[in-house]
Amino acid sequence: MLKNITACLRASNDKICLLLLLILLGACDGRPWNNPYPHEEDDQNIMYSSFSERPKHLDPARSYSASEYQFIGQIYEPPLQYHYLKRPYALIPLTAEAVPHPRYYDADGNEMPDDGDMEVAYSVYDIRIRPGIRYQPHPAFAKDGEGRFLYHDLTRGEIESLYTLADFTRTGTRELVAEDYVYQIKRLAHPRLFSPILGIMSEYIVGLSAYAKTLENAYKALDSEGEGKFLDLRRYALEGVQAVDRYTYRITVKGKYPQLVYWLAMPFFSPVPVEADIFYSQPGMAEKNFTFDWYPVGTGPYYLTVNDPNRKMVMARNPHFHGETYPREGEAGDAAAGLLSDAGRPLPFIDKVVYSLEKESIPLWNKFLQGYYDTSGISSDSFDQAISIGSQGDIALTERMRAKGIRLQTAVNTSIFYMGFNMMDPVTGGYSERQRKLRQAISIALDYEEFISIFANGRGIPAQGAIPPGIFGYREGQDGINPYVYDWIDGRAVRKPIEEARRLLAEAGYEKGVDQETGKPLVLYFDVTGGGPDDKARMDWYRKQFQKLDIQLVVRNTDYNRFRDKMRNGNAQIFMWGWNADYPDPENFFFLLYGPNGKVKYHGENAANYDNPEFNRLFEQMKNMDNGPERLRIIEAMNDIVRRDAPWIWGLHPKSFALYHSWYHNAKPNLMANNTLKYKRIDPVLRKEKRAQWNQPVLWPLGLLGLLLVALIVPAVFTYIRREHRAPAIRGES
Amino acid sequence: MLAYIARRLLYAVPILIGVNLITFMLFFIVNTPDDMARMHLGMKHVTPQAIEKWKAERGYDKPLLYNEEAQGLSTFTDTIFFQKSVRLFAFDFGLSDDGRDIGHDIYQRMWPSLAIAVPILVFGLLTNITVAMLLAFFRATYIDVTGVIMLVALMSISSLFYIIGGQYVIGKLLHLVPISGYDSGMNALKFIVLPVLVALLYGIGSGGRWYRTIFLEEIGKDYVRTARAKGLSERLVLFRHVLKNAMIPILTGVVVLLPLLFMGSLILESFFGIPGLGSYVIDAIQAQDFAIVRSMVFVGSVLYIIGLILTDISYTLVDPRIRLS
Repeated sequence: MLKNITACLRASNDKICLLLLLILLGACDGRPWNNPYPHEEDDQNIMYSSFSERPKHLDPARSYSASEYQFIGQIYEPPLQYHYLKRPYALIPLTAEAVPHPRYYDADGNEMPDDGDMEVAYSVYDIRIRPGIRYQPHPAFAKDGEGRFLYHDLTRGEIESLYTLADFTRTGTRELVAEDYVYQIKRLAHPRLFSPILGIMSEYIVGLSAYAKTLENAYKALDSEGEGKFLDLRRYALEGVQAVDRYTYRITVKGKYPQLVYWLAMPFFSPVPVEADIFYSQPGMAEKNFTFDWYPVGTGPYYLTVNDPNRKMVMARNPHFHGETYPREGEAGDAAAGLLSDAGRPLPFIDKVVYSLEKESIPLWNKFLQGYYDTSGISSDSFDQAISIGSQGDIALTERMRAKGIRLQTAVNTSIFYMGFNMMDPVTGGYSERQRKLRQAISIALDYEEFISIFANGRGIPAQGAIPPGIFGYREGQDGINPYVYDWIDGRAVRKPIEEARRLLAEAGYEKGVDQETGKPLVLYFDVTGGGPDDKARMDWYRKQFQKLDIQLVVRNTDYNRFRDKMRNGNAQIFMWGWNADYPDPENFFFLLYGPNGKVKYHGENAANYDNPEFNRLFEQMKNMDNGPERLRIIEAMNDIVRRDAPWIWGLHPKSFALYHSWYHNAKPNLMANNTLKYKRIDPVLRKEKRAQWNQPVLWPLGLLGLLLVALIVPAVFTYIRREHRAPAIRGES
Repeated sequence: MLAYIARRLLYAVPILIGVNLITFMLFFIVNTPDDMARMHLGMKHVTPQAIEKWKAERGYDKPLLYNEEAQGLSTFTDTIFFQKSVRLFAFDFGLSDDGRDIGHDIYQRMWPSLAIAVPILVFGLLTNITVAMLLAFFRATYIDVTGVIMLVALMSISSLFYIIGGQYVIGKLLHLVPISGYDSGMNALKFIVLPVLVALLYGIGSGGRWYRTIFLEEIGKDYVRTARAKGLSERLVLFRHVLKNAMIPILTGVVVLLPLLFMGSLILESFFGIPGLGSYVIDAIQAQDFAIVRSMVFVGSVLYIIGLILTDISYTLVDPRIRLS
């Protein structure tokens, strides 16, 4: 028996030795040990990126966040897109043959000239898409030999054994047609989808509001029939959206709405094939996550092959992609930056993209430095490692980053973070001269240059108004400054001295922070969310800024839900808010100050509840105009009104910093486009070389650790032997 | 014993109802159905009509606990609490508030959690017992004193330090294993090494000290003195007698943990990118997804009750004096 056990142990030891040997041999192939990706991917044309939170929605009717657009932007193709290189941002066709130009009609249905001054009743957009575009491979299109769909009539039992889309053995495709775009616009009104833009689109697209009601009733009727709730939208016509022929569809909007073309570049207006809707609507599919939210179906350059939002998302090149070429022209400097080297070459360049879930910034940053991510942002934890700021405030990469061949690109985001005053508040709100001067004084006192330097590592620029750079209406230089807060001195904007703020405060009746009418100190309330240790320094900074004017600032910290309640009910006095552009048009920022968009009265996005009749009138005039000198003149007039009224302390436009490895090409920040992946190119050979160079295992500390253990064990062993040889009586127990 | 187990399982029903009620109340004190709707519908362009439709669609348009407008039993059954809770007892978790299958999510995330929790438990137990036995063996010597100081130092340092330090030294400086990530099957091994090592190092401080205390307590008992008096070597005394008797408190601590291994570790999983259950609840709380929160609390409670029953059963196995009745 003992012999058997010994033999068995010896055999086990041999196996263990063999396994260890194999591991060591494997380790000797020069491949880094810390490579998180499979060995066979080393030479492949794969891009590695990350995501920090699981996407909530991948359905183009619902998805409305950047973290979701990074996926569906590459899969779905709306009719239009933004030119990748040109600035200012320009729309170009994607699946459409041309950017549609509207035809205008009066109330009697007579066509009107483009430049007519008459009241436009309807605008009609005819969008013609290119023939020959095909969908990605998908089981919804799979047919048998007789042309019947293979997977449109599955039983629950058949679905039970299926877990991912790859479990469907057959796939198919079909040509994109205009009806698919119509179908998707109809889906915006689907009662189960809760599309975030249904409300705003109902204001413009003819008949959409009534259509939503029709669908709701139809869905209720369907609901009573029990299972298999496929609401066939083809049975219900939408007045304002129709397919004219196989490749043309028409959208009719009320009045003029030039911003519609921007919406046509967003995933909301992508095509959705009815076959996929029928496929996903089968009973039992949703329970297995077979939905548009989990598996998008598009015509874009990529399609989703793995959706495991707890770990990774993988997109592969769409074999049916219609083909597109890299742009041949850009803006000045693009050629010198190498951004036109691939001009005219077919897109996309990358075969596969792997997005790994990285919730924490430190592992993400370290893996980027090791070459396991091709690009990275810069978190505040790693800012000092990546960026050096010169004495003149000039920003550059650190020597260590440059030595690795890492490149930096910065861009001012088309967004704004501002501090708002509730204009319904009796102290900080209102439109009297006293209230206006109080807000102007505070606007001067809050030193956003300092804020950006301390809390944003210089990643931002102070805002002079609501419109960020890159949007029509933004002015550089002296013409663009806010004259109520800044002076133009020596060729740059300089914040007015604090004495000016104190003077304004005194004129407002609050000299030295005391209300001259009541004799009481002026106490203002700042409503914020959060309140962790990270926020304390920021709140202290705000208090100090108000103290410059002897105003006491009370920070009212609350959770996000209560904060939103306060904002909805108008109970907040001063607050922080932000907005990210949907599209590059000043209307998308000024509507945040448009009276009929007030949060308290109308549940709109005007969080400050600002309501200036003259501003409202100009907004209504400006929003439907085409860009030009006349529109610019109105925008400047609007800017002057809101700068004087100061419903917001304009805050800052954040600046994004992105780092790219030397093997990553064609990187240019485009803050409007969602589909930029197809332009990117990588050099996998260089990447493999660099990874191997940067990640060779360092083994000597392991040897040192082993020696240390031996050094600890040996005296213990001697002590043990000594004690074992002593008589029990001598061992003396405690 | 069967009667005992059956009785304990019956006791579990009111406990689970109570836990469910407390979870429900705590959740809805902080979040209203309107807040949940807003969170799920997004930040931009959310209309009051969309909020009402979202609530109606998911059954959050009913009263929370008591329906004044209903008649008879419906006053209690036609409420959010009843409608959302009753299916849990059939282990039907349904869909999350954003439409995903919770049962499928739990099943998917359970394995990665187990993949790191099981080795941490097994190796942690072995390491802690070994260290504690060594210190007990060398009690009152410089080895014991140094060891205890080191254990106190180890347990005094935040777990975050071990995680970030481990990633920095082993992953970043020595390039021995990936810093974070996960893969399925055998490929998961290289991702598991670092979190397991970090957890072992972090756990050894408290575990080693606790087990040392247990061993020292046993060593001071009469039967140990008798064993020594009979001339047994210290090694035999420790391994044959002390270890066996010290297993009762160790089992109390370990067996109750076994079912909870499924629940994963929040910080470890988050930092090492392990797609387990640890971060599932926190993500759900942040997303105000009550469906997931209630399901996970329910699962956690069930597992804890199972753990306690298993502990009781394990007592009878290691200590013949104990009988369950």
